[in-house]
Amino acid sequence: MSSTGLTRATLIKDLRLEWRSKDAINSMLFFALLVVVIFSFAFDPTAEESRQIAGGLVWVAFLFAAVVALNQTWARELRNQVLDAYRVSPAPPNSLFLAKALGNFIFVTVLEALMTPLFIVFYNLRALGPAWQLPIVAVLGTWALVVNGTFFAAMSLRTRSREIMLPLLLFPISIPALLAMVEATTSILTGEYSAKFWIVLLVAYDLLFTMASLLLFGFVLHAE
Amino acid sequence: MRYAFIIFALLTAALLSYGLYQALVVAPTEQTMGDVQRIFYYHVPSAWAAFCLFFVNLVASIWYMVRRNPKADALALAAAEVGVVFCTIVLVTGPIWARPVWGIWWTWDLRLTLTLVLWLIYVAYLILRKFSTSGQTPVIAAVLAIFGALDVPLVYFSIWFFRTQHPQPVMGGGGSIDPRMLHAFFINLIAFSCFGALVCWSRYRFEIARREVEDRQALQGMMEAGASR
Repeated sequence: MSSTGLTRATLIKDLRLEWRSKDAINSMLFFALLVVVIFSFAFDPTAEESRQIAGGLVWVAFLFAAVVALNQTWARELRNQVLDAYRVSPAPPNSLFLAKALGNFIFVTVLEALMTPLFIVFYNLRALGPAWQLPIVAVLGTWALVVNGTFFAAMSLRTRSREIMLPLLLFPISIPALLAMVEATTSILTGEYSAKFWIVLLVAYDLLFTMASLLLFGFVLHAE
Repeated sequence: MRYAFIIFALLTAALLSYGLYQALVVAPTEQTMGDVQRIFYYHVPSAWAAFCLFFVNLVASIWYMVRRNPKADALALAAAEVGVVFCTIVLVTGPIWARPVWGIWWTWDLRLTLTLVLWLIYVAYLILRKFSTSGQTPVIAAVLAIFGALDVPLVYFSIWFFRTQHPQPVMGGGGSIDPRMLHAFFINLIAFSCFGALVCWSRYRFEIARREVEDRQALQGMMEAGASR
């Protein structure tokens, strides 16, 4: 099977599993909803204030929720030794990694698409800057989170208490990406300054870590 | 090797004592900041030592990935641990100095934030090593070290741009520096470089010895199990 065929097969398998169980998406949605409600109580912002802080709130909520999905990425493959079977097969590791990263990307994007209207309603948001840049920031930011998240989730498979290990690895490395997402979103919402630098930084982050993950994933998969 | 270590340790002790004398007695008191400025003679050399050790960690990690030499992994571990200790010293002495001089304990300035993020990355590295259960800890740790190094320029540029949009704390103005101050500073810089290298070296030797003991115990256990059968 070609490597794109393999990626497609794994991706479709994951999507079908998720479609039937809806484990990841349901827990992510409810978790993000809770974060929205709790932040709203904790800060009780006016419309003007919420425009200033919404960028941070949105992305922190998505980051926490994404960890829920990312933690389940590989755990599923441990049952029945699927990952071991994969390891001894001649299949290229990168096609597996890409399938998992794309799967997580789809899950988190669906989450964002469902949660954004709620954020707009609860925080009375209206973008004063160029709103068409928001989807670009969302796509780049989501990929930045899931590409590293998928990689670190595979790394934390080899540790004790792996559910807590993933955020401990992911959050420090993601600081520049998170800063870029939050600042880009805030600048678009307030319209006070341009988001251009942050979008460029996100592109650089995505390219750099996608390449690094593809180069190094083989080592992580075969580390047993 | 043992003599080299002892000679190096004695040299470092001499340099550190000379540096302490220079910093506390010979160097004049700074006019506006007063005696608290003397913390500078330890703060900056510690930062230098920490950054050098993190760099050693990266080189050793890459070396391990290429050559699979267990000694490179032991060096990476030693450098990361000692680097985190020096980085902690930097993060503790910084606010002690900043409070009387800037009037605030902490500010999200470029250098401060970069140091903090580096500290976070390397603490994550040490936790990963601690929690890892497989025999492949070195590979996973080396991969994380490479990811952390890739992150540093991105952190730098993001905070640099982030900060240019916000007010910065007023740093001490220019003016001429007393040559005795510079002398004390450079003596301490050299002394702390040696000190960092010395602690890292002894941690490395300890790690190598610990692994040897573990290997021998495992071998002995296997032989005893074989004999009793």
